[in-house]
Amino acid sequence: MTGSIYNWVDERLGLTEAIAFARHKRVPVHAQSFWYYWGGISLFLFLIQVFTGILLLVYYRPGSEAFESVRQITYVMHFGWLIRSAHSWSANLFMFAVLVHMFSVYFMKAYRKPREVGWLTGIALLFLGALFGFSGYLLPMDELSYFATKVGLQIPASIPLLGPFTATILRGGPDVSEFTVQRFFALHVVILPLLFLPLLGLHLWLVQKHGNASPESELAKPLAKRRSVPFFPNFLQKDLAMWLISLNVLALLASVFPWDLGKQADSLTPAPVGIHPEWYFMAPFHMLKILGSFLPGESGEVIGILLFTVGLALWVLIPFYDSENVAGTRGRVAHYFGIFAVTALLLTTALGYWGVR
Amino acid sequence: MSDVVIAKPEIEEVEPTRTRRAFVAAAAAAGLCYAGAMGYPIYRYLASPAEMAANESAVVEVTLKGAQTLAPASALMFKFGSSPAMLIHGADDSWVAFSAVCTHLGCTVQFEPQMNRIHCACHGGVYDTHTGKNVSGPPPKPLTAYKVNVDVDGIVVSRT
Repeated sequence: MTGSIYNWVDERLGLTEAIAFARHKRVPVHAQSFWYYWGGISLFLFLIQVFTGILLLVYYRPGSEAFESVRQITYVMHFGWLIRSAHSWSANLFMFAVLVHMFSVYFMKAYRKPREVGWLTGIALLFLGALFGFSGYLLPMDELSYFATKVGLQIPASIPLLGPFTATILRGGPDVSEFTVQRFFALHVVILPLLFLPLLGLHLWLVQKHGNASPESELAKPLAKRRSVPFFPNFLQKDLAMWLISLNVLALLASVFPWDLGKQADSLTPAPVGIHPEWYFMAPFHMLKILGSFLPGESGEVIGILLFTVGLALWVLIPFYDSENVAGTRGRVAHYFGIFAVTALLLTTALGYWGVR
Repeated sequence: MSDVVIAKPEIEEVEPTRTRRAFVAAAAAAGLCYAGAMGYPIYRYLASPAEMAANESAVVEVTLKGAQTLAPASALMFKFGSSPAMLIHGADDSWVAFSAVCTHLGCTVQFEPQMNRIHCACHGGVYDTHTGKNVSGPPPKPLTAYKVNVDVDGIVVSRT
């Protein structure tokens, strides 16, 4: 019975080829293998986002009723608080997992030839993820999300010439209003997913095509000394175990620390004390703030954004600078640049939180 | 002595299948626990409005303030719990109230004084204006009738 069903499906979809491919694929085993899980964890958390997001979509109403509908989800619908909490927590865990994934790829030099496009699509997915976070943050329309969005949109607004125009178009007016919520909603549930999913597909395909990259220390060993395990079933088992751990961590956080809903946003109420961006935006904000104190006025902001853009461009284009799989000066420079970037991000994040304390 | 020797290989053969079976059973049980732990909140979340409506339809009595001034040969639509209902003041000064949900496929029916009937526009069902009895068309049952109490400052409609 099972056999005949398998044959029916196999003849039409080619299961045997897929399984043969998965068995053939091998994953290197070495001291840094742990970092291989973080892409999978990110993928899992993204799937959770899709799932809980669709559930929230059942009751959420954008526009002028935004706050009321989130209040309803949180306090009236059974377990609505839990689903909202899981969505918010997994958004944060997703950003964390993606950042760990990116830095591990960076330091393992997994962006080198022929994996440049994997790196670039990954960076694009990170940016889309940040935009998901930024647009989703406004949707409850409570005090915190209202003021955070107001402040956040000052950054594109300070870009010369096009800035103010772009910010006004994003906001749907001169100020954050129900029109802003409506278009952020469209961005969050339609436009961003339409961009994210094909990029994710390409990213995952490239991982299948090129396989996991080995760090330099492994590549230095002779082929016979390198160890690996089949992807199916060995690595997949461990991958799924990681997913289970992620699910448990998420369930614990979401239920023990339910996500808060503040007071309804009101432009006439002064901003609450200690308002600060989400942790994954803290570093860039604080860098701009520091530069702004050195170079006061509009020129400071512009130079800040310029410097930040240059740093970002260097980071994104690293595969084209450090492209060869050999130890050399370029590889070492890239390594130090990575350490500098991590230190700068951690330091400015810490300073940012110190400032709002 | 020889018995022990024969028994040994038997145990070794049985043991792996047993532990594998136990593992599969434990994994399946854990999987069910997870499915339940996630499925139950999701079900309750999605069922919330249905539960609220069920609480609403537990209503046994509705007071319509000022409804006693309703002109003869006209009807007033109102909500009885979560579903639509109609109060009809007949040309002969009679008062009746029915559920306004057609018993055929659930459309909202309307009172037509000039034809002296309750009509459903969806499939042409017709009900009697005094009893709510299904007179012609597809409706299989009469409209649910409510009890009407006319008071000085309002009308009380209640379940019979």
